[in-house]
Amino acid sequence: MDLTQFQQKSEVSRHSSRTRLGRAALTLLIAVLLALFLLFVTVPIASLFLRISPEAFLRSLAEPVVLDALSLSLITATMSTVIVVIFGTPLALINARHDYRGRDLVDTLTDLPIVLPPAVAGIALLMAFGRRGVVGQYLDLFGIHIAFTTVAVILAQVFVASPFYIRQAKASFEAVDRIYEDAARTLGASPWAVARRITIPLAWGGLISGAILSFARALGEFGATIMFAGNFQGRTQTMPLAIYTTMQGDLDASISLAIILVMISFAVIAAVKVVTRRNF
Amino acid sequence: MKRSNQATLVAVSLLIVAALMVAGCTTTGETPGETTTLTVFTAASLTGAFTDIGKAFEAENEGVKVDFVFDGSQALRTQIEHGAAVDIFVSANMKHMNALRDGGFMDDDTVTPFLENSLALVTPADNPAGITGLADLANPGVKLVIGTKDVPFGDYTRQMLDNMAADPEYGEDYRDAVMENVISEETAVTSVMPKLMLGEADVSIVYVSDISKDDRDKLKRFDIPSEYITERPIYPLGILAESPHKVEAESFIAFVRGPDGSATLTDYGFDPIPAEE
Repeated sequence: MDLTQFQQKSEVSRHSSRTRLGRAALTLLIAVLLALFLLFVTVPIASLFLRISPEAFLRSLAEPVVLDALSLSLITATMSTVIVVIFGTPLALINARHDYRGRDLVDTLTDLPIVLPPAVAGIALLMAFGRRGVVGQYLDLFGIHIAFTTVAVILAQVFVASPFYIRQAKASFEAVDRIYEDAARTLGASPWAVARRITIPLAWGGLISGAILSFARALGEFGATIMFAGNFQGRTQTMPLAIYTTMQGDLDASISLAIILVMISFAVIAAVKVVTRRNF
Repeated sequence: MKRSNQATLVAVSLLIVAALMVAGCTTTGETPGETTTLTVFTAASLTGAFTDIGKAFEAENEGVKVDFVFDGSQALRTQIEHGAAVDIFVSANMKHMNALRDGGFMDDDTVTPFLENSLALVTPADNPAGITGLADLANPGVKLVIGTKDVPFGDYTRQMLDNMAADPEYGEDYRDAVMENVISEETAVTSVMPKLMLGEADVSIVYVSDISKDDRDKLKRFDIPSEYITERPIYPLGILAESPHKVEAESFIAFVRGPDGSATLTDYGFDPIPAEE
């Protein structure tokens, strides 16, 4: 072995040991970052459960403010999800399957509420549908009042939650292979039959998970609701509003409502996972 | 090449961890000789008056800056109970101040009532529901906005309605009809006013002082007879036990209770309680 060979060999071994060390350090660092992040998410959620005794939690569940908020939230979020599905499904199907002038504009407008701050949605809805609003002043002539009613809660939820369904629905329609639709069409199926018998069943998983996500967003709506629908127990005080209000007087009720929402959120994620796994 | 990438990644990760740790450890301290900032948690109904008083105080006291947080007294109390660093707390009722004092948050000797206020009915200037007095609050279809049960103006409203319910002239049915007309319960008076000015609400029960000079042509006020007011709204203020700026806080309180502060408060419709010498 001459000298250059020896030098090369030692160079290689030094190189590889340094690489191994670097890799170990990197793994450790990534593990630390990951652990820190997971702690950052889990500690606050766990704290909700640690800051209230099971007895106090159960006691709070019997409080009218908690029960009213829970039932109002479930009813309004269900209604708004139904409305979003009824209006959003045809829109998503058309935008997934047809190219027309202005489609990009429609896509942009339907996506807008995702990036729009809820406070903006709240004041915008009030300016439109308030008693002296752009539309509201004419509705007022017929004795129709929307602002500060349960209807306003639902409208606020539809406004902020619709993109979650429409985006997902559009993506799942786009994922359906056109071959099946073309085959049905050549066999004489009407466009309606194609949509009902072929496209929608094939996109089903995506539609359901989109509807679940939309429901979850509606359930969590706060800013637009408190500005446009107000804050009244049993009528417009949904769970997030009740959490905000009771935090200023009855912390146990506030924490209990938060815990219920955490549980629902977990159920939502689990449901979406199950639905998407079964279908794709 | 690959190695240098890894090195960069390690360096970046280290930097993030270090930044997190530094962020966790640093506290915002004040360098001597610089401006002292007083944080004053103030009941929302004092928004206009205290903003003016704060400016006048700053003009007279160089080196002291006053930062206000205006919100419902119950919201401010909750924040203090959960660790907000505050120098002075101004509450719109004794209840929230007493709760903080009992919890050991206040410097007890500094807590004093300094203001009285009155409740009033307020409607938009065109008074769409034709409100003329308390009896009209129970008319079907009136859109009424009140405070939540914890915010002082909501608490005072409920006391008044309870007193009226106990009087055969109005009775329980009156109170039920009034509560049926409520379209929203607000957590601070400051969120009531826009609803009246936008015409979304027909009437609200707030404080006499809530109609600012600028809004007098947009809103109409109806005084509430004192017979149903068992407890006049009383505002206490005090210095927090953990305030690091007690001297400046004391001079601010002295200013509020002094001739300039009192004049401003009177101008806004409050009744200052004279300081005992």
